[in-house]
Amino acid sequence: MRAQTPAVELVEAKKKYGDVEALKGVTFHIDSGEVVAMLGPNGAGKTTSINLMLGLRKPTGGRVRLFGLDPEDLRARRRCGVMLQESGVPQALKVRELVELFASYYASPLPQARAIQMAGLDEVAHKQVKDLSGGQRQRLYFALAIAGDPELLFLDEPTAGLDVEGRRGFVQAIRDFAASGKTILMTTHYLVEADQLAERVLVIDRGLMIADAPPAEIKARVPGKRVTFTSRNPPPTAELEALGAHNVVLLDHRVRLLTNEPEAVLRELFRREIEVADLEVAGADLEEAFVALTTKPKP
Amino acid sequence: MTSPSLLRMLRLQTRAEFLKLWRVPVFSFFSLVFPVMFFALIGLGQAHELIQPGVTFGAYFVASMGAYAVSNVMVFSFGVSVANERGMKMDLLMRATPLPPVIYLLAKVITAFVFGILSLVVLFGFASLVGAASLDLGTWLTMTWRLGLGALVFIAMGFAVGYLAGPNSAVVVVNFIYLPIAFASGLFFPLQLLPEFVRNISPYLPLRYYGQLGWNAVGVKTDNSVAQCFLYLAIYGMVFFAIALWAYRQEEARKFS
Repeated sequence: MRAQTPAVELVEAKKKYGDVEALKGVTFHIDSGEVVAMLGPNGAGKTTSINLMLGLRKPTGGRVRLFGLDPEDLRARRRCGVMLQESGVPQALKVRELVELFASYYASPLPQARAIQMAGLDEVAHKQVKDLSGGQRQRLYFALAIAGDPELLFLDEPTAGLDVEGRRGFVQAIRDFAASGKTILMTTHYLVEADQLAERVLVIDRGLMIADAPPAEIKARVPGKRVTFTSRNPPPTAELEALGAHNVVLLDHRVRLLTNEPEAVLRELFRREIEVADLEVAGADLEEAFVALTTKPKP
Repeated sequence: MTSPSLLRMLRLQTRAEFLKLWRVPVFSFFSLVFPVMFFALIGLGQAHELIQPGVTFGAYFVASMGAYAVSNVMVFSFGVSVANERGMKMDLLMRATPLPPVIYLLAKVITAFVFGILSLVVLFGFASLVGAASLDLGTWLTMTWRLGLGALVFIAMGFAVGYLAGPNSAVVVVNFIYLPIAFASGLFFPLQLLPEFVRNISPYLPLRYYGQLGWNAVGVKTDNSVAQCFLYLAIYGMVFFAIALWAYRQEEARKFS
């Protein structure tokens, strides 16, 4: 027996849609006060996991508990706030009205003005949903999720579709809410975000959990940069891999590789007098990085 | 742990449902303005002509428009709004929040009845004000409670449409099914004026019985008694409800299992 019931608990949770196995048995628990990011490429099973935790879907195997209760139990739901990936709210209602409405679902909600302010919606509080921009709408969903001052907050891709500026503001809002000792589980595509917010990262891929570690550890295992260049005399793949490159792709004279240390790789290429033209160094997207993570033998 | 106040939740949820409909001009127009407008266009000119001994066309037609107004509110506010909510995935969020489904449903029903009664008040008010239908208070009230009770059938019909039709097709379905039914049931033009084949279908239409509830209240000699009308409507209500429940369960199995 644990001294404290975990906020979220999944034991060998499985979910099948027809013949498709979206989750193949995932086990983890989240204690009160933890801020956890769930990371994974599209179709990895993140949203399915969230849906199981919210009681929107039923597991085909295993067990899912919120505060030791069935996720569909109203007593569990009253302790949770939710921001879903795609969900609408009535277009004709005003921001203030919706926040007040959602707050009324909970026993001791945040003051309405506080929720609006934390989500950065002060200036549009009197506007109808249909007159909000995409970013403002996203923040409204966040305001609705925190309106009840829930102990446990689910955020499914909260920053999806936001620009860099918007994303930064959002990360700060989440951080402010987390500061009051809340438990947060968010899914994201961005390792950077997970790193900024979470103290623990769950990596999920093809329905399986492949890592559960602090962000720093995950970062070290995921190659963060993509280097692309053209060369008349490209070195063989094996040599590049020896320099710490992953996922090397050589097509005609174009070389593509992933690495955590682009500077070191390039320095070595220059030293060997390998011609490098049309050089591009960019942040690797998660999809690419995951190939590296999932194909690499576990340490 | 304390629980939130259910009464406050219901009050705010009802307010939200009401504003949601009120702020959609098409809905407000078709439920509040359109019946009055139609009454003014068709009913006013011949309001004092007798269609039966003791029954003026004005009284007859105000009952027709009352039946149209209330059933329209029910079919639209349940059919179109449920379909829209499904389309916008609002149902997902509502399910994930700690809002008890009963409160959600109750708020919708209360809102629909408030709108239905509002539409009758506007219509009846207009008709008495211009002197097109001089009926006593008792008659107005009889019409109101009969139409109110019968409205439950159209809530079920709305739900069935709301769960069967897609968000974009719900309005079309309502307009292509409900409006012709209203027409064929004699709500817009008296049955005697309609082609024979329409008159032959009309005994099978729910709005035919719903309309009679109103006509009977203003003294029209109707084909069926009030009790018969309620009985037919109850059967229709159960059929619509069964369809709605079936469609709802299909959706449950698909989206939330």
